[in-house]
Amino acid sequence: MRDAFVAALVSAAQSDEKILLVTGDLGFGTFDPFVKAIPERFINVGVAEQNMIGVSTGLGLEGYKVFAYSIGNFSTLRCLEQIRNDAAYHEANLTIIGSGGGFTYGALGMSHHATEDLSILRALPGITVVAPCDAWETTQAVTLLAAAKGVSYLRIEKQTPLRTGDLGIPFVLGKARRLREGRDITIIGSGGVLAHADSVAQRLAERGLSARVVSMHTLKPLDDAEILDALRDTRAILTIEENTILGGLGGAVAEVIAESGRSVPFRRLGMQDVYSSVVGSQDYLRQYYGMGIDAILDASLKLIARAA
Amino acid sequence: MDEPHGSNRLGWNTLDELALNIRRDAVQMTHLGKSSHIGSVLSIADILAVLYGSFLNVDPAFPRKPDRDRFILSKGHAGAGVYAALAECGFFPIDDLKRHYQDGSNLSGHVSHKGIAGVEFSTGSLGHGLPVATGMALAAKLSGLDHRVVALLSDGECDEGSNWEAFLFAGHNKLDNLVVVIDYNKLQSLKPVSETLALEPFADKLRAFNWAVEEVDGHDIEALQAVFGRIPFKTGMPSVVLAHTTKGKGISFMENSVLWHYRTAQGDEYTAAMAELADRQD
Repeated sequence: MRDAFVAALVSAAQSDEKILLVTGDLGFGTFDPFVKAIPERFINVGVAEQNMIGVSTGLGLEGYKVFAYSIGNFSTLRCLEQIRNDAAYHEANLTIIGSGGGFTYGALGMSHHATEDLSILRALPGITVVAPCDAWETTQAVTLLAAAKGVSYLRIEKQTPLRTGDLGIPFVLGKARRLREGRDITIIGSGGVLAHADSVAQRLAERGLSARVVSMHTLKPLDDAEILDALRDTRAILTIEENTILGGLGGAVAEVIAESGRSVPFRRLGMQDVYSSVVGSQDYLRQYYGMGIDAILDASLKLIARAA
Repeated sequence: MDEPHGSNRLGWNTLDELALNIRRDAVQMTHLGKSSHIGSVLSIADILAVLYGSFLNVDPAFPRKPDRDRFILSKGHAGAGVYAALAECGFFPIDDLKRHYQDGSNLSGHVSHKGIAGVEFSTGSLGHGLPVATGMALAAKLSGLDHRVVALLSDGECDEGSNWEAFLFAGHNKLDNLVVVIDYNKLQSLKPVSETLALEPFADKLRAFNWAVEEVDGHDIEALQAVFGRIPFKTGMPSVVLAHTTKGKGISFMENSVLWHYRTAQGDEYTAAMAELADRQD
């Protein structure tokens, strides 16, 4: 997913001379293709994220289209007020990249686990928040964000097994992608963890149950219509995100459901309002914190049972 | 209440008069709005007069002209001073200043750009202006443009680490189109700077970050003009004008008093303040 990001950015930058890549001293090796192709538009601001967003805002206000890169929490929480007051309030052209979304850097510890960024960025007015589920969605997102105005947050991970580009479903910012059709439950996910939902859908099929699987790659602006469709067409809704269940994807979907006046059995999977305190691989931590395949399958079966 | 000027025509001929008008406008604005930070505005009135009256390439007829110099007030709490300077220079009617701090107004206590001609950037939380100015200066270099970017910081604001990130970056990147003016009045929010987080040796610190520094009396109009005329002080280095100032300058009972970071002149105090400014005019 990260290589897809860089490849897409090189491609976009080669056709738009206003695109700049700014990093907070991270991305060893990753940015080689960009540096090789367009060295004069690669800017390392050093380990200084507040200044990174301030400088990027200044560049963005002067007509450049800036992609500012660091690890999830560093490019968001460390410099949150710069994102709010400087970039977003002034509508600078800036895409903030949060690398290592969720538990991508699982063994490195809680400082490197980005598990609240989606919720916090989503609360800020005027910011498009995107969490692609695979490399193909990442490529599409970068291409579209490079042409968009204003501030965006793009959360990326490393290895993701999905290959949703083969499905022929277009990628439009703010428009969910229905990866699998079903009637019994809709599983809505953001980010690479959506691969687990896809696996769960296959297991449900073995039991004669069908699950709709939706990639809600854009958390903001949210595709309300897709959620209302799920309410209408399927008997239960489950959200899955590698992020706190408070205010992120699950929170956003809950808001739409609650205000719709309709109801189906509903549950949010994700970090249950806790900090991670153990380490391990991304898959291990997903299981540990209740968003692995077993947890998704169990939650799905219980929701479907409640709907019966 | 009497207006400082009967019309929107420019009511000053010299930079001294412009500085006096900024002071008078700001005292009236903070009086009407019952707002704070008048001491901080008076501290930079002469600097603002020199910037807007002679140094900055800005044009009230074309506030967004591409080759304008960019000016960011990073100590956003002194926004009344910038609004006054802009109005005095014809960016919008002086009468509009009366809306400062009022219900529904966009002339917020901390400087805001939305709907206000001539304000480049909104601030209020300290430590934001310089990184953004640094990005603007870098953009000008990348684009081959020769306008300047000026950020006005307070001394207390230099407690914020984000400024030092930007000082490092701008020095490293040799942004000699970037100018920082520091309003060094030696008083911050609760106590003197020296008793809060000492900045001395301040000029040496900045030089150690690869900036060229000149110190000046921040209330001496001619000296300010002379120092701004030498910018950039050194090719390949960003410039700091370390301006020694007096908080509350121009109104005797406000000078060097932390109280006037917060207090607003009402009743006899307002009358006395306006009388002192009237005396200066005579």
